[in-house]
Amino acid sequence: METATEQVPLDKIIDSSLKKKAKIEVKDVKVWYDDFNAIKGIDMNIKPNTVTAFIGPSGCGKSTFLRLFNRMNDYVEGFKMEGKIKVSDNNIYKKKVNVEELRKEIGMVFQKPNPFPKSIFENVAYGLKIQGITDKKLIEERVVDCLKQVALWDEVKDDLNKSAMALSGGQQQRLCIARTLAVQPSIILMDEPTSALDPISTAKVEELIFKLKEKYTIVIVTHNMQQASRISDYTAFFYLGELIEYGKTKTIFTNPEKQQTENYITGRFG
Amino acid sequence: MNNIQKNRLKDQLFKIWGIGCTLFALILLIFFIGDILIDGIMRIDWGFITDLPSRKAEKSGIYTALIGSIWILLLTTAIAFPVGVAAGVYLEEYSNKNKLSAILEINISNLAGVPSIIYGLLGLEVFVRIMGLGASVLAGSLTLSLLILPIIIVATREAIKAVPKSIKDASYALGASKWQTIWNQVLPASSGGILTGVILALSRAVGETAPLIVVGALAYVPFAPESPMDEFSVLPIQIFNWISRPQHGFIENAAAAIIILLLITFIMNGVAVYFRNKWQKKLK
Amino acid sequence: MRKIKELVIEKSLLSSALITIAITIGIVLVLAVKAFHFFREVSIVDFLTDTQWTPLFADKHYGILPLLSGTLLTSFIAISVALPIGLSISIYLSEYAPKSFRKTVKPLLELLAAVPTVVYGFFALIVVTPILQHIIPGLSGFNSLSAGFVMGIMIIPYISSISEDALHAVPNALREASFGMGATKLQTAFKVVVPAASSGIIVSIILAISRAIGETMIVAVAAGQQPRLTLDPTVPVETITAYIVQVSLGDVEHGSVEYRTIFAAGITLFVFTFLLNTLSYSIRKKYQERYE
Repeated sequence: METATEQVPLDKIIDSSLKKKAKIEVKDVKVWYDDFNAIKGIDMNIKPNTVTAFIGPSGCGKSTFLRLFNRMNDYVEGFKMEGKIKVSDNNIYKKKVNVEELRKEIGMVFQKPNPFPKSIFENVAYGLKIQGITDKKLIEERVVDCLKQVALWDEVKDDLNKSAMALSGGQQQRLCIARTLAVQPSIILMDEPTSALDPISTAKVEELIFKLKEKYTIVIVTHNMQQASRISDYTAFFYLGELIEYGKTKTIFTNPEKQQTENYITGRFG
Repeated sequence: MNNIQKNRLKDQLFKIWGIGCTLFALILLIFFIGDILIDGIMRIDWGFITDLPSRKAEKSGIYTALIGSIWILLLTTAIAFPVGVAAGVYLEEYSNKNKLSAILEINISNLAGVPSIIYGLLGLEVFVRIMGLGASVLAGSLTLSLLILPIIIVATREAIKAVPKSIKDASYALGASKWQTIWNQVLPASSGGILTGVILALSRAVGETAPLIVVGALAYVPFAPESPMDEFSVLPIQIFNWISRPQHGFIENAAAAIIILLLITFIMNGVAVYFRNKWQKKLK
Repeated sequence: MRKIKELVIEKSLLSSALITIAITIGIVLVLAVKAFHFFREVSIVDFLTDTQWTPLFADKHYGILPLLSGTLLTSFIAISVALPIGLSISIYLSEYAPKSFRKTVKPLLELLAAVPTVVYGFFALIVVTPILQHIIPGLSGFNSLSAGFVMGIMIIPYISSISEDALHAVPNALREASFGMGATKLQTAFKVVVPAASSGIIVSIILAISRAIGETMIVAVAAGQQPRLTLDPTVPVETITAYIVQVSLGDVEHGSVEYRTIFAAGITLFVFTFLLNTLSYSIRKKYQERYE
């Protein structure tokens, strides 16, 4: 098992007021793509500093639902949503909301690792650069710290100028997580972050998620039920655009309330 | 011979015919270039490059035409490159599938097929007459810029299309704006493809003759241009002029000048292909 | 604040894109206005039916037919060379040749299109014509045969590259069905693949024709400056494009009828190429849909 060398606590570098306890409240949310009703009315409360897993068969809407939180669906043609989504008591779909500010608060890690075709350093520094931060020292410290948080530092410290494309799949994904951490979000969304990785890299990322829970609120979509039961505190089961059941992970997996949930978990479909 | 054998024979014959046609075209090209080399290589010396044109073939050089070509090349780049790339970025990243973008697309496709001499007529009337630029380097460059603009736009669009969507997603997810994403991620990632397209477009511009003749580039220019408003000649027009003269010495000159023009053209094409390969590797 | 910056950037990029529309409007306006002035002095009926084009001579005739026939004759010869060769090359490369051969040869062929046309003009006049004169005694020093032949060589990649892409895009499943019935490559190529790729091939031919019609330097150098309504490839002719060059090199007075003839000739050329390009674009759009 791999251990990181000394972790520099974030509040040594940044304002401690930024460590919010971010929660998400969803009230009667519906989503359409043109005429297709992808999400059929969901209520949900996500608690701060927890890992929540979204599970369900392909096409059930869990990725769509996840992307509501950082408004990545805005780019899809024909997208329409109804209802309220509040992050730390702010409705994020209000017109005056600055989407770019939102995405600094709520970061996202994608299924297929998507590092920029630039150096390792530039990948992690990018988020700071677009905010207009030019303080070289600050950027350097932040980059080093984030690489350490994701346990990538030892592997890459000798050459931060190496292209990110030269890293392995697992390393690239950890780099993408470091990149997301660099802008200091309070919530991190992960859309099947390990489904493209080998088992060893998957284990490393899962370990990372467990550690990150201390400082961030994490929502993770996963196809892998064992993963959900391993790392999450709460689990939400989706089916055909509806939220069937949502509760503590232990309960969902050992004593689910709905028959459908039990069928999915025991592998009777999906 | 039964049918199956007949068919097999026809098949083999076509294969030979196909290879033959391919080789025919390539061999013809080699033959032409070989002939040019024989005709002109002896004529090339330092004097040929630095002499001004004159009535005597042996004293006539390409200096003014060469300088003119360089001027045209630089000015055309300065005009067409930013406009073409900007238009390409707009069409690929900003326009949604509405009527305007359909019109723009059809229009660019049409412009790419307009004969180059028509651009000359346009340049003659608009730049030389109406805007009063006269038969200057600037008028010539503006005319050629219009000609190669569609090429640069198409190349830019293709290069941008090749940038994976996942990179844009990652940038947006970090809170970058549309322009930040384009400037920081999309353009750098597509720069190789864009550069390739621009170089190919410019290599086309260097060889263009007809539009510049119409705009008024002179066949006999005893001085090299020193400002964008000066009159000028270019290498292809010098070649054309020499071909039209009856004395044999001028044929040699033309061949020699062609060698230099081809050298420039092939080097530019080679550089463009080099960049394209490098860029395609980078995206993988 | 940020939003304003983004909007300004978007509008500047848009204006660059709109320049392309301005160019088209410019071309159409300039040609139309000049032609309009021209047709106030020369009757359009004469323009279209007179069999002589002598605007620079004392006895002035303004019939476009001789120039048109020069253009069409040279283009026809060019296509007769380029079409069989270009098509055969494309079928060979797509259906027979090994991948490595295709990869090396394709860029070499595209080199043919990269050579400046004035260089081709040189070949036609200095190399090809003398050779042909041995074969065809009485071949004039300026003629449409040499020019057309060399133009054909230049146009080969227009047909071979685009047709080859079209053939390549035909799904393999169709070929396999044909082979499975015992057909040879030749039969499969001509009976199955070529028909399936026919719209792409037609597009390439139309583009090649358009290119040939608009070609200037090869014909200006090698085909002659004698407008002549003829089908004889051995005599000098003049194309629309070569005429425009001829006038531009001369001392024609700006604002005179003679000056405006280049715009009348130009608009004729533009109409032809515009129709051809529009036709090829609409075929291309229709055929893209089929495979998507």
